[in-house]
Amino acid sequence: MPVTSIHARRSVGWAIAVVALALTVAGSLAIGSRDISLDVVWQALTGVSTSSDAIVVLDLRVPRTIAGLAAGVALGLSGAVIQALTRNPLADPGILGVTSGSAFAVAMAVGVLGITAVTGYLWFAFLGAFAATVVVYAIGSTGRGAGSPAKLTLAGVALGAVLGGITSAMLLADPKAFNALQSWNAGSLQYRDWSVILPVLPFLGVGVLLTAAIARSLNAIALGDDMSAALGVNVVLVRTIAVLAITLLAGGATAVAGPIAFVGLMVPHVARWIVGPDQRWIFAYTLVLAPILLLAADILARIVLRPGELPVGIVTACLGAPVLIALVRRTKVSGL
Amino acid sequence: MSLALAIAALLVALLALASGDYPLTIPEVLQALFSGDGFAHTIVVNWRLPRVVAALAFGAALGVSGALFQSLTSNPLGSPDIIGFSTGSYTGALIALTVLGDTYLSTSVGALGGGLATALVVYLLAYRKGVQGFRLIIVGIAITALLTGFNTWLLLRAQLEVAMSASIWGSGSLALVGWDQAIPALIVLAILTPLVIFLARPLRQLELGDDTARAHGVRAEPARLAILVVGVALTATVTAASGPIIFVALAAPQIAQRLVRGAGLPLVASALTGGVVLLVADYVAQHLLPGGQVPVGVVTVCVGGAYLLWLLVADRRRR
Repeated sequence: MPVTSIHARRSVGWAIAVVALALTVAGSLAIGSRDISLDVVWQALTGVSTSSDAIVVLDLRVPRTIAGLAAGVALGLSGAVIQALTRNPLADPGILGVTSGSAFAVAMAVGVLGITAVTGYLWFAFLGAFAATVVVYAIGSTGRGAGSPAKLTLAGVALGAVLGGITSAMLLADPKAFNALQSWNAGSLQYRDWSVILPVLPFLGVGVLLTAAIARSLNAIALGDDMSAALGVNVVLVRTIAVLAITLLAGGATAVAGPIAFVGLMVPHVARWIVGPDQRWIFAYTLVLAPILLLAADILARIVLRPGELPVGIVTACLGAPVLIALVRRTKVSGL
Repeated sequence: MSLALAIAALLVALLALASGDYPLTIPEVLQALFSGDGFAHTIVVNWRLPRVVAALAFGAALGVSGALFQSLTSNPLGSPDIIGFSTGSYTGALIALTVLGDTYLSTSVGALGGGLATALVVYLLAYRKGVQGFRLIIVGIAITALLTGFNTWLLLRAQLEVAMSASIWGSGSLALVGWDQAIPALIVLAILTPLVIFLARPLRQLELGDDTARAHGVRAEPARLAILVVGVALTATVTAASGPIIFVALAAPQIAQRLVRGAGLPLVASALTGGVVLLVADYVAQHLLPGGQVPVGVVTVCVGGAYLLWLLVADRRRR
């Protein structure tokens, strides 16, 4: 098949994915504890209607949907970058403890230092994500079974358990001060308002741009460090940028939505099944597919317990765990 | 060494009996234990003793369960808490609690059924021309994530009063254990103890390989199944009474092995270590952390997770 044809097919596929994303966004605006028809949603968005339904759409559903879009993009892309960087198909910012590190740092900032503004604790989210990435990578990539998916995963799960345990001990010890963090700690898009979302968006934007910048070099890294050096890629620089991108994306996503696992695991795999091993296309597809998954999971989270709802992190875990099992059963992975 | 562990357990137990909102001295505790009445007697025997006895017995059960599984899978990470059986027991107990109501029998049967079903599912999913250690563990981690989500859904769905008690129980806590909860669990554990003693010899033989075991007259597969069932039963009994307390089963046999320095995983030392670990963790949860309402499971997660990280780092130093 000629190259242009493959390119055209991928572009068409991407356009279809964008349409699917638009439909998911519409669903996220319309579906909830109170279903609102798309007509009313449209009237609310264009400012025609000021009914109570319209207020629900503008004040609750729109910020929530934007938060889902932003967190979905960030989680998906950070998962894709971690998988490319560690050459580990089981990698995910949640499973590897990056989001737990971030959540731990935020809980510390809020609980111990009394920082409540998102512009303050955002930096702790980044710091925690960065520290967790470095620690897990250091433990997982040395010694027996160095860099094997299993060892890295285990290191991440162990670190995540410790940090998650300390975080929940802090939450339980002081329930009043941590009231707001309780639902956030399970990974949730509920009650996100603009004051939480807007300050994070520029950082996520930088993270996306950094990811785009290193996509081509990550293709070379996939061939091994020696080969990529021979191809003229500065391996150290690319890795540094990759860690920076993971920090911004996973830390930012955690600041918005709390620690959510498995989105970053599943989506890059789906993208790889569709487009093959080219990181540029994987990133492009992940950019669209990840928010579809997170928003769809959030819609599901709103309808399974009506009128109550589940934290979206629980839904993504239930969707993602079977994928993790399927991945580890494949001989190529489990043989490592 | 086992004697030293037993003495350590006794000392920590006395300390736990003495401290609380109404502090007592050690002689007062001893007097309260053996004299029949008075305010101190009520506090020590009715309030503090069940929790201390439960911590020791449950810790011992978890330690033995961990030793059985780690020996069976020849992997320090093959313990029931890592591969999801504790969470599965909790799921079973929750289903029983919401469907059949809150009696010790229903939650125990539920916990046992949930644990065994999870064990079966995890082994089947991890099986691919044999069960390889790391695959078993990662399948276990995935199943744990899945069941944790399912448990949250069950809790949110349940009526509020059920959900309230179930959620304290959910992180693994001894706070609600009085004699009413402790005694049935202790009876079940007492029934399981002779089975463990009976299985100790086949376990040793299996550690040496199936062929050696067969040469010594042990039928490998039935023995393995029996060990599995007893191991799950121990974990399930504890889970039914206190919720999923994780990482004790992982850490206790490993610590015991380093203390005793024998070949194989020592069952008695694992039991004693488990008891001491859980009692100390519960003491920390009650007295050293602010608020005093921290479930012991949260403490064991932190300590045990750190221990797992250390195992991974030490693995690198050794080779």
